[in-house]
Order: sequence, then C-alpha cells, then structure tokens
Amino acid sequence: MSAVQTGAVVGGSLGPHTDRVEPRPKGSRTGYLLLLPGMLWLLLFFAVPTIQLLATSLYDPNGSLESGYAMTWHFGTYLDVLSAYRAPFLRSLGYAVSATVLALVFGYPLAYAIAFKAGRWRNLMLVLVIAPFFTSFLVRTLAWKSILADNGFIVSGLQAVHVLGPDGRLLATSVAVVTGLTYNFLPFMVLPIYASLEKIDLRLVEAGKDLYANGVTSFRKITLPLSMPGVVAGTLLTFIPAAGDYINAQLLGTPQQYMIGNVIDNTFLVQLDYPVAAACSVILMAAIVLMVLVYVRRAGTEDLL
Amino acid sequence: MTSRPHPDPEQGSGHTAEAGADLRLSAVTKRFGEFTAVNALDLVVEQGRFFALLGPSGCGKTTTLRMVAGLEEPTSGTITIAGRDISRLRPYKRPVNTVFQSYALFPHLDIFENVAFGLRRRGISEVRSKVHDMLELVELGGYEKRRPAQLSGGQQQRVALARALINRPQVLLLDEPLGALDLKLRRQMQIELKRIQTEVGITFVHVTHDQEEAMTMADTIAVMNQGVIDQMGSPAELYDNPATTFVSNFLGQSNLVRAAVVATRGDDLVVEAYGCTLAAPGSRARRTEGTVWLGVRPEKVFLARAGAEAAEASGPAGANVLTGGVVSDVSFIGVSTQYLVRMPWGQELTVFEQNSGAHDTFRPGESVDLRWSADHTFLLDADQDAHAGDQSYAELVGTPSA
Repeated sequence: MSAVQTGAVVGGSLGPHTDRVEPRPKGSRTGYLLLLPGMLWLLLFFAVPTIQLLATSLYDPNGSLESGYAMTWHFGTYLDVLSAYRAPFLRSLGYAVSATVLALVFGYPLAYAIAFKAGRWRNLMLVLVIAPFFTSFLVRTLAWKSILADNGFIVSGLQAVHVLGPDGRLLATSVAVVTGLTYNFLPFMVLPIYASLEKIDLRLVEAGKDLYANGVTSFRKITLPLSMPGVVAGTLLTFIPAAGDYINAQLLGTPQQYMIGNVIDNTFLVQLDYPVAAACSVILMAAIVLMVLVYVRRAGTEDLL
Repeated sequence: MTSRPHPDPEQGSGHTAEAGADLRLSAVTKRFGEFTAVNALDLVVEQGRFFALLGPSGCGKTTTLRMVAGLEEPTSGTITIAGRDISRLRPYKRPVNTVFQSYALFPHLDIFENVAFGLRRRGISEVRSKVHDMLELVELGGYEKRRPAQLSGGQQQRVALARALINRPQVLLLDEPLGALDLKLRRQMQIELKRIQTEVGITFVHVTHDQEEAMTMADTIAVMNQGVIDQMGSPAELYDNPATTFVSNFLGQSNLVRAAVVATRGDDLVVEAYGCTLAAPGSRARRTEGTVWLGVRPEKVFLARAGAEAAEASGPAGANVLTGGVVSDVSFIGVSTQYLVRMPWGQELTVFEQNSGAHDTFRPGESVDLRWSADHTFLLDADQDAHAGDQSYAELVGTPSA
C-alpha cells in the first residue's frame, strides 16, 4: 500500500508546471486520448480500491469473512482504532521522521560529494548507491539482523567503548528499526538530491563568491536553496514508504517496536478483521497526505519544482 | 568586515592625478597542465578606464579576467589593485565584481534580492534605497519582485550589471557581457554601458572577441593573442598603427603586400613591392630594413583607371601607387562598395570606396591602379603570418586564426 501512496502523492506534488504552456486550441482531443490509458489504469487499480478500502472501514465490525459484512456506516471503528492503536501510530510517525532526518543527514553530504567532488568516480558511486537494489529488500533487512546481532562486531565494539552496557543490545530495539529504515530508504533520499545538485550551474556559486559569500554562505544562500526540490522529493520518498513499512519492525524489532504497518498486516491477514485494518489504512493515508501537504507548503519550493 | 575606499561616483572618469587604484598584472602566467593559457602577462589598467581585453576565443582573455576575479589562481606572477597584492586572495575578499557572460543571476531570488546579494553579505545598511537607486540607474525600476526567468535577455544583462556595480568595486570585470544579445540590443547596450561607466567612474575591464564592441566602448584596448598581449592603446592607435599582422587583421581588415625596404628618405622609408616603388612614414614602420609586410587599410585606398595621371585620378597627390590590378569582384553595400582587385602577382587586395558619388565606379574585368596616401602605409615584420587574426580567412581554409 505504501507504494500506491508514494506514486500518487509524489506524482501529484512534483508534476511539471503547466502554467507557461500555451492553451491548446479548442476541439483538440489528442491530450485527452493520451491521458485515457493512464486514467483508466488509475481508475481501476487506484480509485476503485481506495473507495473499496473506505467502504470496508465503515462496514459493521461484527461481521466476518464467513458471514459477510454489512454496510452500516460505522464511523465508530475509527475511534476504536485510534484509541487501540495509538502507540503504533505514533511510533510509525516517530520512526519515519527519525529515519528521514537520518537519511537526510547521511544522504545530503553523500549526494553533494557525488555531484561536486567525485570527478571520474561519479558514475561508479551512483551505481554503488543503487547497487543494494540488486538484492531483495528482505535479504538486506535480514543482513542487518546479523550486523546488529548481540555477538556482532558493532555491539561488542560499542560495549568495549562503554557506549553500550555489558548487557546492552541493538537488535530488537527502536535503534535497530530506525537504522534499518534509514538504510533501506537512503537511496531514495540520495538520488533526488543528487539530481537537484547536479543541475546547479556552478557559475552561480562563482557569482556568489564574487559577491562576497564565503564557502559556507554560498552553500547556505545558493546551493542549498537550489537543491531544495531534491530535498523535498527525497524526504517525501523516504518518509512516505517508511511510515507504512512493517518489514523492518518485524525483522529487527519486537512487538514493542511494531509500527502501524505491522498492525495492518496483522489485522488483515491474521485476525481477518477487515474493517479495523481498513480504518488503520485510511488513517495512515490521511495522516501522510495531510503532513505532506503542510510540508510542501512550508518548504515553499513549488516554483522550483 | 572592513569597508574599502571606493571611487567617488561624482569624480568623473578617473583622469585624476592619483593613480591610486590601478589594476596591475605583473608577469602573470596560467598553465592548465601542458597548456599555457596566459603567458607572462604584464598589464596596467589605470583607475577609471574603460579597458577592453580583445582577442579570439582561446586567447586567454577570460582566464586573465578570472584570475583578477579570483576564480582562477595564477601559476605565477602577481596581481595588485591600488598597490595591494590580491593574487592569492579568495574571490569574496577582493575589491572586484564580475558581470558574467551567462549573467549567472540567482534563479531562486527575485531581482531585488539578486541586486542586494553583495550588500547583504557585507552587512551594509540602507539596502533598500541603494538597490532602488541602482535599479533606476540601469532603468529597471519597478522590477524588484520579478524573478530572473521573467525578464528578457537585455533586462537580465542589466540586472547582472546592477548586481555587480552596487558594490562599488574598485574594478568591474565584464566577461563578454553582451555576447548573448541580438545585434540591435547589443548596440544599444554598448552605448548604455559606456554611459553608466562614465556616470559611476569605476574602472571597467571588458573582455570581448568583438572588435567593433571593443572600439565602440573602450578608451584603451589590449589585443590578446595566444596568451600574450600583442598591442595596447586607444582604438584609433591600434587601428591606424597596428604592431603585428594579427592586430592589423583582427581589428578591421588590412591589405598586406610583401615588400623590401630599399632606402631612407628623410623621415620616410622607400620600399619596393613587385616592381612598384612606394613610401611609408618611418613612424609607422615596425621594421626599417629587409623584407616587410606593407600594409594599408581597404578604405584608405582609391581606385583609378589604369594609367590615369595622378591629377585626373581621384586619389591623393604624392600617393603610393600599385599598378596592374584587375577588378575581380564588386559588392555594393549601400554606404560603400567593396572591390576585390587581383594583382599581377596573384594576390587579391580589398578596396572600400565610399558611395559619395565623387569617384568612378568599376566593373569586374576593368584594369585599375590602387592609390593611397603614403601616410596611410604601415610596415610590419615579415616573419609573421600575413593571415594571423584574419577570421574570414581562417574560416575559408579551416585553420584556427590565432
């Protein structure tokens, strides 16, 4: 489900601006015809399922798969879900925000180095950023299980320098889940930022230096603002899937670290409680859309996108 | 943040006695690997000058400018402004500002903030009124809230100028600032730039490959070729008295004929070219003996019917005459007519005749003599390539002009 949201939200907010395009002569249907296949696809596989999901969340919670569900417009499910699953909801947002911030902290300098300092190593470094995708998401997350294992070198190293106590561990903690999320979504942060930085005309930086801006100031006043479209795209591409993720919490955490994705997974597939699962999904989706809207407005990068 | 002295705008164009803020380059060399872009360049630009660095692409003029701006570091040599060595200073610590070829306006800032950029970095007060005045100077008042992308090329160019000029630099560097404009706008901006320079009195160093632009605007031109300055002087000096074949061809056109100095007569030199005896003033001879290039500008030459006496020909009396030419091509260009005349030794010479109605006109195939005043003759060292700097020739034979 997170994939569907990503596509929809990002496609909507990052789409090309059309205000400078001259109005099409009236009577031309080519544009609509070109839109048709995509619109049909979205209608069938996005709009209809979304409506279905909304409807499911309002079914009578007393129904079951065997006996069937009756549509009772039962909005109460939302209140039940919000009180019952408040912790996983907040945890999801907290983890997703932490992972996004960490990915930005690691990803921006990396993207900057690739764009401006890598020279002839640039392409190789880009391949290395994408290389993890050659193996499956599950395998990569499982690998972190052994990296963070209690007898692994990281835990023993941290114990040796007394950052972790002798019984301290990383696996099955929030740190492990956030680490996994950060790792898994880092390329989604690096690539859009790189694309933004790479487009910057270096003569603008020279112009800044010519106008009394030292290195730090020209970064702050020129490079950073001009790379904001990449930062916004990168944070969205990291935050949205991270908020809906459940693999990292499942493999690297315990039920104490479960995110809302785990709840949805569990209620849909184990408890088969469709109305509750649907209500969770709708709340997650609404929360993400709302946060993204506020964020994009705040970032004020519309005219740069 | 130290405040720097800057030229008083009321002071006029810097003909003041104190040569305080001269820009001085001493033995400046820049190498990129094996390639020497600028070779031991010496240059003094007096304060308040409109100085043009003129040369074909790849001659090192932009590299020179970038070294003054601090965007390239010289391999050796020193650059001083007002006696202060700035060759190793960071660009943001130099009292110079640049108008970039591509303008390099900040796309994320509006016009006001673009122009205010330098003031804000130095923490200067009264930004609002200063930016306002500067935008008035470049005739862009009321455009404060626009973005660079919403302006035309000419307007962007003026924003770039305002953004640099507002900082009152000791030297303003202009890197082909008019290159991206169409011809008509370029003419207009040339006059505009000259007006602004006179108004603010700041030293302008203008890099261009357009000889007409350099001659229109600059009071001093340095012609640069292959990393060195071939000649420096006022536009008229360079045009009338070129020091090298490169300068003679790059600034305007020249007819260069191989000749030999045979005698000295008073202040004049007597030279012989293909059987004709000609005279040249000694003051315009770069070489006074042996083989030389005898040069004359096409518009200085008059055509006369073959064998016509000096008295009945329209050329000046006591003139140099080259005989035996045959008109091979005539192009009418409104104010003037361009003739190509094939000489007996195979060379084609160019003659521009004003269409004043005072001269005969000639048709292809007619035999003519070429006459011009001996005073308009110059002599150059014959060791040089006669086609150096001749861009139409370079295009014709497909070799670089330099």
